[in-house]
Amino acid sequence: MAASSKVLDVAGVSKRFGDLEVLSDVSFTVDKSETICVLGPSGSGKSTLLRCINWLEQPDAGQIYLNGARVGINSSGTVMNDRDLSQIRTRIGMVFQHFALWPHLTVLQNLMEAPVQVQRRPKAEVRDEALALLAKVGLSEKRDAFPAKLSGGQKQRVGIARALAMRPDLLLFDEPTSALDPELVGEVLVVMRDLAREGMTMVIVTHEMGFARDAATRVLFMDRGRAVETGSPEQFFSNPETERAQQFLQRYAGDTAARR
Amino acid sequence: MIHDFGIVWSERALLLSGLANTAILSALSAVAALVLGCGLAPALMSKQPALLWTARFFVDGMRCVPFLLFAYIVYYGFPTFGVRLDNWTTGLAALSIYNAAYMAEILRGAWVAQPREPIEAGIAFGFSEIRLFRRIILPPLLLSAGPVIGNQMIQIIKDSAFLTIIALPELTHAASSIQSRHYVPFAAFITAVFLYWGLCLVIEAGVTSIGRLADARR
Repeated sequence: MAASSKVLDVAGVSKRFGDLEVLSDVSFTVDKSETICVLGPSGSGKSTLLRCINWLEQPDAGQIYLNGARVGINSSGTVMNDRDLSQIRTRIGMVFQHFALWPHLTVLQNLMEAPVQVQRRPKAEVRDEALALLAKVGLSEKRDAFPAKLSGGQKQRVGIARALAMRPDLLLFDEPTSALDPELVGEVLVVMRDLAREGMTMVIVTHEMGFARDAATRVLFMDRGRAVETGSPEQFFSNPETERAQQFLQRYAGDTAARR
Repeated sequence: MIHDFGIVWSERALLLSGLANTAILSALSAVAALVLGCGLAPALMSKQPALLWTARFFVDGMRCVPFLLFAYIVYYGFPTFGVRLDNWTTGLAALSIYNAAYMAEILRGAWVAQPREPIEAGIAFGFSEIRLFRRIILPPLLLSAGPVIGNQMIQIIKDSAFLTIIALPELTHAASSIQSRHYVPFAAFITAVFLYWGLCLVIEAGVTSIGRLADARR
């Protein structure tokens, strides 16, 4: 694999909150157009890992590279100032569990805010692109609505469109469907599947096993802060290597069976 | 009694100029206090101890001083430091500085109650420092704190009456002059009370329209 196709390189990242080691020595890479689903039990460090990638949490050890450029640390080895960090963050889109839309702005304004205010792109161009993105997620008619007036599924589709409006090199999803009513999960997954098909580079923390099985190019299984296992979804779901993964999948199969 | 109000009516030019002074003074200091408060609020939320404690000291200090005393201190204190201002400017400065502390504390309270995720999204989308505060954090604060800010503006109007002690020709000063000139204290002061009430109604109307903006976003 050519080095130039590597979008994200996470190397030996560790993070502790007080006495609790949340991440220990996690390494993985993401190639261009890959969809990586990060799976694992609650509290296994999946969200923290995601938040370390765009430096919302500062890792205690390890390196993160986006398109070959170090995230968070300058060439001189010091922590980046806010301005430099902002620069990098605009290239990493993020979708949040609880949507995190800006409540004072309309849907269209939510999409345009960062491209216009942070990236300083021309307003007319951003607006055209934002309208196209709203059409893509099926929310053109909601462009002048405020987030509070939308359903959870609609909010999350706006959240995805907002992230895409920055033209990011990489999209991070932090349990994008966990806060949704079951009947609203589908509409969000449809949008994510389309993005995967179009070749968007994505890291998705999720509990949607069905989605991971048929949309992921690779699965990363985490347990107790460690990246325990990585592989193709076919291999992971049918023949997991580690006992931890086997137990996790069994418990999940049980849950799913119970729900049906 | 009717006769007394007739006397007040004959002095309407004085009352109206007092009302105008009160209105302009209150409006200017409300804006100034809010702007200063917006500047102070991030300091009250700062992680840098020096900044945090300086802001905290100022805000708590102001809130513990009676405005009347503070107005005296500004009026007599500024000249000893070589700052010479006319009465009007002194009054404006005193009202603005004093209420800035309250505005900052109001905004801080609203900030603490805000959900964390939209602010975090702002950071993740590349907002930082002043831009983060101005574009992402502040607007929801102003909307949610609107009624309390309006309340503080009413307080500013009422505090401005104290400035009669530094001979600022505002509404209370005008009413006071009329009563001492004509011995009609009840008529003069009750008229002033109704005029203050009118000003407060204007603020109430403003709060209601901000409330409507906020409701659309809730």
